[in-house]
Amino acid sequence: MTTLVVNGTERRYDGDPEMPLLWYLRDELGLTGTKFGCGVAACGACTIHLDGMAVRACQTPISAAAGLPVTTIEGLSPDGNHPVQAAWRDLNVSQCGYCQPGQIMQASALLKETPNPSDDDIDGAMSGNLCRCGTYPRIRAAIKQAAGGARP
Amino acid sequence: MTEHVPNPGGTLANVSRRSLLQGMGAGVFVLAAGLPVATPAQDKKFGADGMPNGWRDDPAIFISLAEDGTVTVTCHRSEMGQGVRTSLAMVVADELEADWARMRVAQAWADEDRFGNQDTDGSRSLRHWFMPMRRAGAAARMMLEQAAAAQWGVAVAEVRAGNHVVVHAASGRSLSYGALAKAASALPVPDRSSVRLKPASAFRYIGKDSIGLVDNRDITTGKAVYGIDARVDGMLFAVVARPPVYGGKVASHDASETLKVPGVVKVVAIDPPTIPSEFEPVGGIAVIARNSWAAIKGREALKVTWEDGPNAVYSSDSYRARLSEAASKPAKIVRNDGDVDRAMAAAAKRVTAEYYIPHLAQSPMEPPAALVRIVNGEAEAWACSQAPQVTRERLAKRLSLPVEKVKVNVTLLGGGFGRKSKPDFVVEAGICSQAMDGAPVRLMWTREDDLHHGYYHTVSVERLEAGLDSSGKVTAWLHRSAAPTIGSIFAPDPKHELPFELGMGLVNLPFDIPNIRAENPEAPAHVRIGWYRAVSNIPHAFAVQSFVAELAHAAGRDPKDYLLELIGPARLIDPTKVGDSWNHGEDPQRYPIDTGRLRRVVEAAAQGIGWGRSLPKGSGLGIAGHYSFVSYIAAAVEVAVGERGRLSIPRVDIAIDCGPMVNPDRVRSQMEGAVIMGAGIATSAEISFRNGRAEQDNFDTYELTRIDSAPRDIRVHLLPAGDYDRPLGGVGEPGLPPVAPAIANAVFAATGKRIRQLPIRDQLST
Repeated sequence: MTTLVVNGTERRYDGDPEMPLLWYLRDELGLTGTKFGCGVAACGACTIHLDGMAVRACQTPISAAAGLPVTTIEGLSPDGNHPVQAAWRDLNVSQCGYCQPGQIMQASALLKETPNPSDDDIDGAMSGNLCRCGTYPRIRAAIKQAAGGARP
Repeated sequence: MTEHVPNPGGTLANVSRRSLLQGMGAGVFVLAAGLPVATPAQDKKFGADGMPNGWRDDPAIFISLAEDGTVTVTCHRSEMGQGVRTSLAMVVADELEADWARMRVAQAWADEDRFGNQDTDGSRSLRHWFMPMRRAGAAARMMLEQAAAAQWGVAVAEVRAGNHVVVHAASGRSLSYGALAKAASALPVPDRSSVRLKPASAFRYIGKDSIGLVDNRDITTGKAVYGIDARVDGMLFAVVARPPVYGGKVASHDASETLKVPGVVKVVAIDPPTIPSEFEPVGGIAVIARNSWAAIKGREALKVTWEDGPNAVYSSDSYRARLSEAASKPAKIVRNDGDVDRAMAAAAKRVTAEYYIPHLAQSPMEPPAALVRIVNGEAEAWACSQAPQVTRERLAKRLSLPVEKVKVNVTLLGGGFGRKSKPDFVVEAGICSQAMDGAPVRLMWTREDDLHHGYYHTVSVERLEAGLDSSGKVTAWLHRSAAPTIGSIFAPDPKHELPFELGMGLVNLPFDIPNIRAENPEAPAHVRIGWYRAVSNIPHAFAVQSFVAELAHAAGRDPKDYLLELIGPARLIDPTKVGDSWNHGEDPQRYPIDTGRLRRVVEAAAQGIGWGRSLPKGSGLGIAGHYSFVSYIAAAVEVAVGERGRLSIPRVDIAIDCGPMVNPDRVRSQMEGAVIMGAGIATSAEISFRNGRAEQDNFDTYELTRIDSAPRDIRVHLLPAGDYDRPLGGVGEPGLPPVAPAIANAVFAATGKRIRQLPIRDQLST
């Protein structure tokens, strides 16, 4: 039996503890905002926060999440208005939108650690998140806008 | 991507209306019914008229108005990132004089009898649907005005709709759209000839940048539902082990270990198709389980012996040599102007170059995935499909159900790029559901599946030869394009490019050269060839635009000036006169090739990047311009090549003339995306084969552009749209073709190294 705290709610799971968190979130809890893109931590579509850190849910066994707070895109902000989410909408970053929950989770983790990231900081943090539509220029702009919005 | 290739024995024409249409909520009224379906008289049909099941403009089909004033537009085109759900709703809202805040968008299910053509491909959603959607919105607006005038007992000419209310100025009375919903919906739809469209000067949404994406909030909060996210109670999860070689099959298999994996429910054999297999599944063994992880683990535990079949001989190295050999000899002539041989013999200088452009996989971030269930002899699917009606028909055929007993709900698409025009993955889900007595099964492709069993972009050798006179002017042009055709998935290997492929930058070369010949050698297919964003324009444009820069160098001329000289003076070219019977499906009279427009985008891109400015050592500028999907695009690129050949792309200026624009911000975003996808094609992306097997497994080896390697500063130049009576051009695909050659040309300017093989990868390190 594994006990998890997902978006503030305690969950108990008695299946395979080696199952990646991705499938638990998606298939068991129906939290489909966390996306499957590669299964080998090469695309970032499944990025979530585990104890506040951005991790790839496809490479995180459930056992590794025991007792730690898990935050998915659905739980990033109670009203969906995290500064990163708001900036994403304001700049119409999305095209198909599929990778964007992972991008947003990665970007919000970056801003927590580096409130005013440089272009190199953004490259370093975001290069693990693929976008096939090619929204990178707007992702970069949205991160900077969200950073500006977060400043006092 | 995609033109429909006639399918021998296909069922495209045999569509009947579904009986179980989605019900409308209480208090919601469809605005009347009854406009006749368009039946154009002429034999040769163009544009939307030429698409299967044509177009509709009846507001009853697309617009519903609730008593609370909410307007719901039903979008019958698939949303895959081009913004069509937003843009079509903008068109309706503008003509309807609606308040954007009260607009909602619903997604249509597959029913071309009702909605008209739904194939979301070929960069034509707005090109074909701008006018029908304007008429639908305008007709609905007129019905609201009529309802208000009747209620007040005044002439309809005295009332005016605006911002969700109808006003009678003389008396100061007004009625909201919601209050008029019931009365308006009871009125007949005005005759098409009487529908009054707004003047473009009165547009409030069309052509403006003020509208955000309708799916923005769902996307940014994780609520957006893609095919892979579809869920119903009791749903099972499936993956399939497929033959590693196209045309192969299961020789034997042992599922005993699979069935021991906790959560695995059943193992189902999927029969191999006859080859060519069109949109049929390639066969294999499906593993159905209680969750995705169990299905994946169960598949890993399968023991399968494959029988590879004849395509096991397919290896990219030897195949390239074969294409090269074919391109070195005279072949089927597909365009022939003047006398190339004589002009070549008389030339002062001859230049020859051969280019290689590899297979690519579309690899949308959402891999193919679909949910199917069958209840009481009726199948229902949820699918990320670019071709809903084709999906419905193929599913019905494979499940032996009448088409009207199959419903296909269209989810959002996590990217498409042509991959999701093929419904094989939905059919696989249907087979699994049928094997489970109709239980809902959500079938998913893993990324490895996507790269190993794709409908790949073709592979090609493009050989060009030109004769120059003593002044450096081109007098003869010979282009041989050798590439397996998409037609090979539909008919026993035709070996030659089809008209729609030839018309993607090979025969319709808009250059002012007196002697031009294009030839198309045989190229047999060994894998499934499929549409990939921009399709054959990718290799044709790469070769032609690289070669132009090579000729400029040979002639000692500036590449931009030389390109403009080859395009020649501004003139209109009838595409049928240069051997292009296709013209992207459009009327050659309405859509001639306009070299003036091509010149202007080249000039705009050059001006944007500051063509001719001095750059540090190791940096260079390149340019390319290409006409496709009846739009005109040029890209100008700055590259920097650093130590050990490390390539970066600090800046790209891309200029587009696509005619009038509905949603300029989405035109910009498509150009930004095309630049980034084009950079990947130029620098890193390749699918190669050995012994019939794709050699790339996942994104670690199929390398796509990431934020740190993407062009940093992308500037999009939208050429003035002009009059909205002018025909619209495509946007989703045409940005892509000029990008890779512009990058390669910039690399030459920076380093003196000519790129004749894509991707560049480590070619600059030596």
